[in-house]
Amino acid sequence: MSTCCSKEAAPAITASCCGEAATVVACGCGTADAASPGVSPARWLIATALGAALWIAIYPQLEPFAEWLVALTPVDRQSQLGDALAFVLYDLPKVMMLLVAIVFATGFLRSYFSVENTRRLLAGKREGIGNVAAATLGVATPFCSCSAVPLFLGFVSAGVPLGVTFSFLIAAPMVNEVALGLLFALVGWQVALTYLAFGLSIAVLSGLILGKLRLEGWLQPWVRDVRMGITALPDHRLTLADRLEAGWSSVKEIVAKVWLWVALGIGVGALIHGYVPTELLIAIMGKDAWWSVPAAVVIGIPMYAGASTILPIIEALIAKGAALGTVLAFMMAVIALSLPEMIILKKVLTVKLIAVFVGIVGLGILAVGYLFNLLFV
Amino acid sequence: MKDIKVLGSGCPTCQKTADLVKAEADRLGVAITLEKITDYAAIAGYGIAATPGVVIDGKVVHAGGLPKAADVDGWLRG
Repeated sequence: MSTCCSKEAAPAITASCCGEAATVVACGCGTADAASPGVSPARWLIATALGAALWIAIYPQLEPFAEWLVALTPVDRQSQLGDALAFVLYDLPKVMMLLVAIVFATGFLRSYFSVENTRRLLAGKREGIGNVAAATLGVATPFCSCSAVPLFLGFVSAGVPLGVTFSFLIAAPMVNEVALGLLFALVGWQVALTYLAFGLSIAVLSGLILGKLRLEGWLQPWVRDVRMGITALPDHRLTLADRLEAGWSSVKEIVAKVWLWVALGIGVGALIHGYVPTELLIAIMGKDAWWSVPAAVVIGIPMYAGASTILPIIEALIAKGAALGTVLAFMMAVIALSLPEMIILKKVLTVKLIAVFVGIVGLGILAVGYLFNLLFV
Repeated sequence: MKDIKVLGSGCPTCQKTADLVKAEADRLGVAITLEKITDYAAIAGYGIAATPGVVIDGKVVHAGGLPKAADVDGWLRG
């Protein structure tokens, strides 16, 4: 889930998806453009193959190209400014290219899923297996937080247990596909995989605990009286070309919206890279500063920024010697829990229930931060 | 006269959906009444769990995300 398109959420904090300014988020909020009907499938296949080939040809050239550019300037490569400049010139095109690839792949793959199908799949599930299924589907289903309330009502009234619904709502933002892809490319596959596993685990366990607490009474009173209508949407058969087009639409939509935020994240990353003293950073965010994990979570929860803004900053922090767990706990707190999202959920959940929800997920992130710091030395 | 309802909390995508429907109806010269349903309980009553949704003459034709212009044309002509 991405924090987006809610009128109630102050735009200044959300800076988000479906709307004006924006952070990342491949949310299903608008994967469609005025499509020219009847574009031949072959053309989509050829265009995609060509695009992929071009991507693969250009990507390895980015680093030598950036170094070449820096060498052209009068700036000394070994200086702080040279370091920062090289970071920007290499990272900006790199992150943008990665973003295009990740968003395309996500848009394509998500065309195989829909909220309605997910609801049907989860409706019959018991707790336990249902939580695992919900967490997994939460990652795969295109969905944005402007739909959080209808989705919540739809799930609960279709007989999806409350805890299972929470597993879905936690996993959707927690395991962010852009964060996953960028971690994979910028930090390493081990870290990406561990993030995926831990993110899913938090969603499953938090949902299980919330389910066991039997908090149905803490929903807003009107929610229990909602009668869900029954509707059968016309069956939409998508061709492969439609799915490739869906991938391309999300690229156009999301990249146009986030490039500025990516640039901002890379700018901050470059400052850290060039100018923050390594010793200072290690003292604050290093492995030995035990208090930095809870501090990172507490600071991260009310903040909201998209994964593509936060990842270049994280890359720079890690390169400078910040502890991986601390940095990832911060990232997860920023992208998974946010004030605007809570404001939206307040429509259906009481403040007590939201507090329990945030508390459990926050503790999960805290645990993951410490575990990461133990695992990756 | 087609009776069209756009279901959604009033988010930008819902607004874009309503604008798109109106623009396509004008283009095709189809007379419509357009109403926005923002009440969550009422949206649930239509049986959808993803917004924006589009309802034409009482029938849900779309749920979740901005519809394609070509699809909107199809609904208006149908």
